[in-house]
Amino acid sequence: MSVSSSKAAAKPAIKPSLEKARAALASSLTNRLPSSSRPLPRAIPARAEPVEGLPEVLHPGAPILSEVFSATGACAVPAGFVLAQLPRGAFSGRPILWIQDRLSLREAGRPYLGGSPEGLRILRVAVSRPVDALWAMEEGLGCDGLAAVVGEVWGDPQAVDFTATKRLAMRAETQGRPAWLIRRAASPDLSAARRRWRLGPLPSLPCEDDLQAPGQPRWAAELFRTRTGQPGRWQLVPEMGGLRAEPLEGGTEEALPRESSGSVVTVPFGEAPPQRAAARAG
Amino acid sequence: MSRMDGGFLTEQSLAGRSAPDRRIVSVHLPRFSIERWQRVLERQGDAPPDDLPAVLAVEGPHGPIVHAATHAAERVGIRPGARVTDMHAIAPGLRVDYADLAGDRAALERLMLWMRRWCPWSCLDGDDGLFLNTTGSDHLWGGEAAMLAQIEAALAVLGFSADLALAPTPGAAWALARFGPVRAIATPETLADDLAPLPVRALRIGDDDALVLDRLGLKTMGALAGIPRAALSPRFPAGDTGVTPLVRLDQAMARASEPLDYPDEPPRFSVRALLPEPVEDPTPYLGQLCHDLCAAMEREGMGARRLTLSVYRTDGEVRDLSVATAAPSRDAPHLERLWGDQLERIDPGFGFDLVTLGAPWVEPLAERQGRLSGASGDGLELARLVDRLTNRLGARAVTVPAPKDSHMPERREDWHPALGQPPAPAPPDPLRAPRPLRLLDTPEEVHVVYAVPEGPPAQIVWRKQPLRVVRFAGPERIAPEWWADRPSARLRDYYRVEIQTGQRFWLFREGVHGEERRDPPRWCIHGIFA
Repeated sequence: MSVSSSKAAAKPAIKPSLEKARAALASSLTNRLPSSSRPLPRAIPARAEPVEGLPEVLHPGAPILSEVFSATGACAVPAGFVLAQLPRGAFSGRPILWIQDRLSLREAGRPYLGGSPEGLRILRVAVSRPVDALWAMEEGLGCDGLAAVVGEVWGDPQAVDFTATKRLAMRAETQGRPAWLIRRAASPDLSAARRRWRLGPLPSLPCEDDLQAPGQPRWAAELFRTRTGQPGRWQLVPEMGGLRAEPLEGGTEEALPRESSGSVVTVPFGEAPPQRAAARAG
Repeated sequence: MSRMDGGFLTEQSLAGRSAPDRRIVSVHLPRFSIERWQRVLERQGDAPPDDLPAVLAVEGPHGPIVHAATHAAERVGIRPGARVTDMHAIAPGLRVDYADLAGDRAALERLMLWMRRWCPWSCLDGDDGLFLNTTGSDHLWGGEAAMLAQIEAALAVLGFSADLALAPTPGAAWALARFGPVRAIATPETLADDLAPLPVRALRIGDDDALVLDRLGLKTMGALAGIPRAALSPRFPAGDTGVTPLVRLDQAMARASEPLDYPDEPPRFSVRALLPEPVEDPTPYLGQLCHDLCAAMEREGMGARRLTLSVYRTDGEVRDLSVATAAPSRDAPHLERLWGDQLERIDPGFGFDLVTLGAPWVEPLAERQGRLSGASGDGLELARLVDRLTNRLGARAVTVPAPKDSHMPERREDWHPALGQPPAPAPPDPLRAPRPLRLLDTPEEVHVVYAVPEGPPAQIVWRKQPLRVVRFAGPERIAPEWWADRPSARLRDYYRVEIQTGQRFWLFREGVHGEERRDPPRWCIHGIFA
């Protein structure tokens, strides 16, 4: 195998220079990249559909791999955010591929078209292993009949590593198709995703008709890593056919997950959850 | 590696021709039961020595009787049908085992399928025989005589002794196999002469009829054929089965039709790879097989919806593997890719020397011109993706919504396997009521603090975490559908609630307080809003 040989070549150097290590990594990556019959075309620059009044990173339809971390395991905000960020073509015929692993499906439910934007077509795949979810995402990214590919993976499985995300990212860019990886109960470790988001709910806007009722939902979004544009934090309000973004002030930290927070925490009645207590102490 | 294209004939097209065109092989396995028993014991290393008599017994009306006997047992005078206790007197050291009749039957059925390596059609014939319809396939094996010799040799390798005969009718083949010369071959011209010297028992008639014919002095089929029919027919009234010696004679002489009942039709398109020696991995041959099959389908303007790969093992068994497609396809690389890592699931045993690829389900597929840019652009990308996903993950894992006209949220959106139907958008909801983005597969029961009897929820304990309800909207009442639900189904009052962190849930109270003979209402979380 050429992978092992490149590693062996890198080994004898006592203090390998940064360039050498980078070259070794690049060669090992290219050797493990998807074995398509045709050569990979040159990467298409990530172009999104520009929208007035939104920062560039929030323009929908960017053909890149983005990763979304959810505040809690059973949070629907990532799904809503992904749907709002889909290219407009997703609602005019072409379906999206939505892949869920077993725990995501059990803990966070399945997509419900009754509450989704009208005209959305979904091809849903339920897998039991994260490896299969990644494989299905790769297959979907190579299919011209799809508008976008969304995968939901629970926890930090070994399969979701830098190589796997790099494969997805490169394939998404060469095929010009958005790919979204929703990570539930996960910690944001090494990844090749071009944009990495942290999402959580915020108290909704007041409802004009009924003060008791929840109004328009609000989300807290933090872009904590990005290849293009500026990282930032926003308060998002989904509106008809898009998002409205305002910069997020401080004081709503707890809406966003710092660490892995999807695991179920048993909290006795009357006590604050441990995270909050820790935040207060610090 | 020699190859052949096959399977373009159909049984109907053969039946349309005059009857003598058929070529039927009758395989008689006179010692199938005992030979199978010996083979099983040999595999276990427990085979009895050849010179010790052994029999297989079945229960008779007065104790066990002999079902089958080894050569050694037959030499000392043991015959099938005799009582086992009597035989113990003849051969004191007789080994007796009980016959596995159901196992014999199943083994014979598997052998019947394995015999399809020589021809597309085969069927069972009683407990000790097979019929093969080799019409049009003998030239692939070097002629009829060579084919019979090959079949006999292959069966001998499996440990079965067989009598074979080839004739234009099943009746004649049956008679020649059991009573005729070794590997007899009868043509339509020689049929009457070949059958004439055979005893009347070769007509597949009962003992009573044979006895009557014997008393009449009609010992051979030739003698029976020479008697005027009017003189004989009153003696043999057609019973419930309608089988009389004269009918059997007509069937054997191809004067009356006798269709064979094949358990299934062979695939309309089938290609095969015959290997010089047994191998254990079909992967290297798959590409060429797919290519050949697609070429055959292209000539007929067809595309495959289902493919079956069969390997013919050297131990006399066949193993199948199937894949399906969402739309008819004759794209060889695509069909080859569908097998993926499934081929590991095929059990090669000690190796196989014949691989066939058949398309049992085909649909018309017109020629289509591709785009000049080279992209396929035929709108089939999605169907191919569904094929690949389904064949790796299973049909139930890849689903599309199947909207239904129903008020129950979970019933409104059913999910069906994606093979064969494109994803549909959700039907517009006339009520435009707010619905969650995610729906839990089964509503999760939660503990709720609320004002009895019909107050809104104030606090929820879900997954062991207490959630304080800040705002709520509802209730929205959804009554059970009496035409679809159980009689015990209760109405649901749905609430949209927002908890202190801003998460929004869709939960319902099932039933109301004070219903007669009912438990207090239950609360469940059913959906999650974005």
